[in-house]
Amino acid sequence: MDFIAILRIAVQALTRNKMRSLLTMLGIIIGVGAVIATVGVGQGAQQQVQDQIAAMGTNVIFISSGTVNRGGVRVGSGATKTLINEDVQAILREVPTISAAAPGAGTSAQLVFDNQNWNTRVTGTEPQYFQIRDWNFAGGADFTGDDVTHSANVVVLGATVKQNLFGGSDPVGQTIRLGNLPFQVVGVLQAKGQSGIGQDQDDMVYVPITTLQKKITGQDWLQYIIASASSQPASYAAQDQITSQLRDRHRIRQGQDDDFSVRNLADVAELADQSSKIMTLLLASIAGVSLIVGGIGIMNIMLVSVTERTREIGIRIAIGATESDVLRQFLSESVVLSVAGGIVGILFGVVSSITITKVLGWHILISSIAVVAAVVFSMAVGVFFGYYPARKAARLDPIEALRFE
Amino acid sequence: MATLTQVEMNIVNGNAGLPVIQVEDVHKYYDLGETKVHALRGVNLTIEPGEFVAIMGSSGSGKSTFMNMLGCLDKPSSGKYLLEGTNVAQLDKKQLAEIRNRKLGFVFQGFNLLSRTTALENVELPTLYARLDKAARQARAREVLEMVGLGDRLDHFPSQLSGGQQQRVAIARALVNRPAILLADEPTGNLDSRTSVEIMQIFQTLNDTGLTIVLVTHEPDIAQYAKRIVVFRDGKIRRDELVKQRPRAAEVLKTLPQVDENDAELAEINDVAVLPVTIETATLNEAR
Repeated sequence: MDFIAILRIAVQALTRNKMRSLLTMLGIIIGVGAVIATVGVGQGAQQQVQDQIAAMGTNVIFISSGTVNRGGVRVGSGATKTLINEDVQAILREVPTISAAAPGAGTSAQLVFDNQNWNTRVTGTEPQYFQIRDWNFAGGADFTGDDVTHSANVVVLGATVKQNLFGGSDPVGQTIRLGNLPFQVVGVLQAKGQSGIGQDQDDMVYVPITTLQKKITGQDWLQYIIASASSQPASYAAQDQITSQLRDRHRIRQGQDDDFSVRNLADVAELADQSSKIMTLLLASIAGVSLIVGGIGIMNIMLVSVTERTREIGIRIAIGATESDVLRQFLSESVVLSVAGGIVGILFGVVSSITITKVLGWHILISSIAVVAAVVFSMAVGVFFGYYPARKAARLDPIEALRFE
Repeated sequence: MATLTQVEMNIVNGNAGLPVIQVEDVHKYYDLGETKVHALRGVNLTIEPGEFVAIMGSSGSGKSTFMNMLGCLDKPSSGKYLLEGTNVAQLDKKQLAEIRNRKLGFVFQGFNLLSRTTALENVELPTLYARLDKAARQARAREVLEMVGLGDRLDHFPSQLSGGQQQRVAIARALVNRPAILLADEPTGNLDSRTSVEIMQIFQTLNDTGLTIVLVTHEPDIAQYAKRIVVFRDGKIRRDELVKQRPRAAEVLKTLPQVDENDAELAEINDVAVLPVTIETATLNEAR
């Protein structure tokens, strides 16, 4: 029998018992719908995590001053004074896979404008910092290399600081007091919201590193260096190169611990990515179980159908149907059931995803891979759970089958 | 290998000159756990092309077992069954299905039509398994349905047809693949006597065009329409004789009163069906 004739007969047989076919399909519809919706939720969460990681900057390597062992006392990270401005220049000069680097040191200070004041973190850095972290300005611009050279009194405000000192008015060009010194506001950063761990990333101001070191803290060492690799794969090599270079510069003998630590944010990204992937997989496998339950429903109904139609099978065999003809006929019925259920299930899954997005405000991503996988899987369910009943039909003894009442 | 190709050749072409059916010392045992049933105890029978054989016997005589074996639905436990010279025992399941499809036409007591399937689709079914294309399938199904006088009932469901009409659909289905033998198992068992004679008339007409027919019945007045009567008892052939004064069903029908004067379908059988049967099967047979 040709393919179209088989399909036509299968559809005919299924439409004879519309209610039964619909209820059988319901198992698959719910299964596929659940797979698509849960994978959508999982991938939406994954996307959100990746967005947050991207907000940290591109291929960022974070070098922070480390601990040192002084007579048995380990003083904790950030305590060493060995990380200095020249290290930044050296990294830029000698590590070819690093495209940008900026120093970082900070303190906290009271800011005053007009009759408003606000306490916040002050970070000293260079203009490349904003480029590495991929931050955009809501107004004005970053300070310049000249500002760094001349230790100028210029400041870039985070969105929270701006809101607290200036409210709705434009701060660019205004002068604020930072500690005891007047600073001119040159730029305001776009709001970035909370970081992955709930920190307000906008409650921060930025001044040239030299200004911070010379005029505010009086210290010439750095707390960290932030660097950007030319690509993500390159960042791993860069990490190693920076480590060995800094060990040389800091004259650390072999066997001695580093007095700094190098962290690759790709590692962090990978970790976060992995955990959300595991969540997605977990959700999908729970939904997958319901798909299997739906498959068992199909098998059940197909077994009933084979028994009911024993006589029909006998007739078909008597007039020349081969075993494979009968097998294909019943198999195509279960596949039509499961694939039709799969298609309706996709619609159901997409509609429920959109509803969840609208009602709960979750970020949901409907992936084409999940849709294709759902269709393929439901087809596989149809073949797998339809095979046993179909084989039972094909192996019927025609004499017995024709006698069946 | 050579024998196999010969077998396959026979399936396709048939073997002119050979007996259609040749059964030699066939036994059939059924193992029903504790008891062993010896359904056939050494049956010998040869049926030549163009014969019309009625097989009679009480229930349990082995006639149904013999019929199932002729129909390639069952295999003999021992002995030989040659269908147009092909030893059926040598064939695998797929080849047997092909023989049932191409060489044999089945007509059952209970009609065995697929319900909720139109007359045309029922008749088309064997052509579907013969893998004919759609146009050929429909053309053939129409042709045989017209032949049995149901040209205007193509789209009727079995539930919308009378018993006689259903049996004629079944006959059409048996003929659609142009078989060498028509096997009928109690075809009149569920029909009233007038309709039974009508069915016998169709059989006689088909036989006149050269179609070999084997008919199982337990009614002697139905068996007499055949050319030859074989009587089974206790798994053996007890009697095998030619019918001397064979009545023509068409003649008998004229003497029978119309069961229901208002039933237009019955009148139709007399007027429409008889003539086309003779003509159409003649052409059919030539084509084969």
